[in-house]
Amino acid sequence: MKATITKLALSVAVASLTLAGVAQADDAPKAGGDIVVTYQNDVATLDPAIGYDWQNWSMIKSLFDGLMDYKPGTTELVPDLAESYTISDDGKTYTFKLRHGVKFHNGREMKASDVKYSLERTVNPKTQSPGAGFFSSIVGFDDLASDKSDQLRGVTTPDDYTVQITLSAPDATFLHVMALNFASVVPKEAVDKWGADFGKHPVGTGAYKLADWALGQRLEFVKNSDYYKPGIPYLDKIDFEIGQEPTVALMRLERGEVDIAGDGVPPARFLQFKNDPQHQKLMVTGDQLQTGYLTMNVTMAPLDDVKVRQAINMAINKDRIVRIINGRAKPANQPLPPAMPGYDKSYQGYPYDVDKAKALLAEAGHPNGFDTELYVMNTDPQPRIAQAIQQDLANIGIHAEIKSLAQANVIAAGGDKDQAPLVWSGGMAWIADFPDPSNFWGPILGCEGAVSGGWNWAWYCNEKLDAEAQKADAMVAPEQQQARAELWGKIFTDAMVDAPWVPIFNEQRFTVHSARMGGSDALYVDPVHVPVNYDYIWVK
Amino acid sequence: MIWFITKRIAYAMLILLGVSFITYLLLYLIPADPARQIAGRSATAEVVANIRHQLGLDLPFYQQYLRYLGNLLQGDLGRSYVQRSEVAALIGSRLGATLQLMAAGIACELVIGIALGMLAALKRDSAIDRLLMAFSFIGVSSPHFIAAMLLLYVFAVKLAWFPMGGYGGVSHLLLPAITLGLLGSGWYSRMVRSSMIEVLHQDFIRTARAKGLTRARVILRHVLPNAITPVIPMIGIDIGIFMGGLVVVESVFGWPGIGQLAWQAIQQVDIPVIVGVTTVSAVAIIVGNLLADLIIPFIDPRIDIRKS
Repeated sequence: MKATITKLALSVAVASLTLAGVAQADDAPKAGGDIVVTYQNDVATLDPAIGYDWQNWSMIKSLFDGLMDYKPGTTELVPDLAESYTISDDGKTYTFKLRHGVKFHNGREMKASDVKYSLERTVNPKTQSPGAGFFSSIVGFDDLASDKSDQLRGVTTPDDYTVQITLSAPDATFLHVMALNFASVVPKEAVDKWGADFGKHPVGTGAYKLADWALGQRLEFVKNSDYYKPGIPYLDKIDFEIGQEPTVALMRLERGEVDIAGDGVPPARFLQFKNDPQHQKLMVTGDQLQTGYLTMNVTMAPLDDVKVRQAINMAINKDRIVRIINGRAKPANQPLPPAMPGYDKSYQGYPYDVDKAKALLAEAGHPNGFDTELYVMNTDPQPRIAQAIQQDLANIGIHAEIKSLAQANVIAAGGDKDQAPLVWSGGMAWIADFPDPSNFWGPILGCEGAVSGGWNWAWYCNEKLDAEAQKADAMVAPEQQQARAELWGKIFTDAMVDAPWVPIFNEQRFTVHSARMGGSDALYVDPVHVPVNYDYIWVK
Repeated sequence: MIWFITKRIAYAMLILLGVSFITYLLLYLIPADPARQIAGRSATAEVVANIRHQLGLDLPFYQQYLRYLGNLLQGDLGRSYVQRSEVAALIGSRLGATLQLMAAGIACELVIGIALGMLAALKRDSAIDRLLMAFSFIGVSSPHFIAAMLLLYVFAVKLAWFPMGGYGGVSHLLLPAITLGLLGSGWYSRMVRSSMIEVLHQDFIRTARAKGLTRARVILRHVLPNAITPVIPMIGIDIGIFMGGLVVVESVFGWPGIGQLAWQAIQQVDIPVIVGVTTVSAVAIIVGNLLADLIIPFIDPRIDIRKS
């Protein structure tokens, strides 16, 4: 454990060194300039209570603010609309002091009552927010969610610049929840005015204002000159052009007509961008809070034998699978992705060792292997990955039949206790909503997810580790965070002893931008402002 | 005349009812749960049930369908599950662009189709004829996606004659319209060719030549008007096929029309938008056919709709 800590500290030091180097090499940010960003699909909505896809996620972040946010390009929490916050000793009461003089785009000052209203709006079932569940730890959530009340009892406003939130149990992830888009502060009068169409007429406190939206064609974000952070944003205007085929968008980018190709690099062009030095300069690579994994249903024979699961872990050639997807990922050895706090760099995982796998399988009483089924989503490249897994399994005598189905059907099969022995998670894989390891446990490896219709497709339920997880989530004090991350890391590597998953790879993200764009690379693959942090990028 | 139109409109209504029923049923049967999709992964079972109830998805199929029809009669196409805005507004904002591209695309089809058909008929059985007919065959059978990409690459990227996709003035419109025209012209050129060959053999053509008219005048004044009649109803039928091509061509060229909307909605399983676009397309096809039937008597007085 000690070795781990030293290594961690060392890597942090190295990381900060590199960051400093980058900061020096870059010129100082310049204000001004208009840029063009393209996307293929319509922007679904800019309502922060509803928008939940990787395209509108950072757009909403640029239009709205919440009490908390992250340092640009990192996963480090910082207060945003809150000036400061305090946490009570029992970890249940959060008191946020708001900034004075923060104005909505309509000119009115943001007050504590707006924060309360916004949280209640997201939780209110009439809003139909996909993020309502994140706030379940607030006192009074159940009453509001079941329509018994129209308020959140746990949220109070002692004065115009103070918000107090009481939780039913300590929750170390609560500050992350307050940084989610779903906790953005919205003005009631604008929501009332536009009703269900608020998402087309967003009014927030963010760095940009929506100036124009021609449905299906373009959106225009202009700088909010009243933004409370002086000098931010750097850009005067962002034109989002909608409806561009990703391949066409890249051709236009090469010609200088487009600054950021929002949809990234289509597979057909990927190798060119990866290998050609001219193109390489334009592509930024970043980590995603994502892991692709193979679940093994621990309640179904013969996968209920830990030796069989370990054998499968050793049988799969992850490097080959990464090659199948043109190297758009890195092989994984544990459930947590490397960018997540708690990731154990010293953990080696199971080696790729076919002979050992065969021996383990024989020890478990299956020297000739067995027949099983592998569920997979039916869009490329998932079936090809499943075939690679199938071949690897065949090498140790396990005959897996591939069941290639539509996404909804695979999710349903995984959520049914005796249906899917093996599921390849690709195309449905868990991408963390916020950079905290707890988001990677409960729903997909904890007992709470091992229910009918749940996401724990391995049906892994280890009560001892669940108790540890609860202990970790009760560690709310800032000075406990390092210990908490380590505890989480240990929970995940301990789970790997039982081998409910084969962690296969961590997908990476690729953003392509024109040569004239400035700002550190981290802004273009921001782990939170997915895909790009529009507030801090600038034009050279 | 009035009777004919009334009858056609009554048929049209029945067809629309059938189309909406089949679309609605198909989408009801696909294994996607819109309530779960809206609620997100963090949702509890109660939240999902609550949303299902609000959308009326917990009702039996016939009630859902009747509800949809009732709203449709009032011009309400519902709200998109993904975008949460009115389907009518989404379609309305894209209708203009689609009509523009449709008009330009069909005009290109006609110009290219008729010109090539005439040329092939006049040079019948020559190398040119065979080449043109082979071309028309390739045109109608080539996949729109590949062809559109190819044209975009050659004319917009390599030669830079046109802008690379997007919405705008005539320069933006031309390339997608020509793509649609080239790919769809095969139907027309083959039709014009065969009907022209037929007309060329008729007695009155020989008479016209015999009375000393020039070859050009014979073709333009006597052959073409007679040979072109079957093209008109063909346009009506073609609108249906054309819509299919529109979906792909709009997506490739980034043309903000209904086809692109349909393409996105299908990928996101946005059922109200899919049903809405299907209904609007069905209306377009029916109206197109009706118009074609009504216009024909003006072009060819021998056709009398009162007798049909």
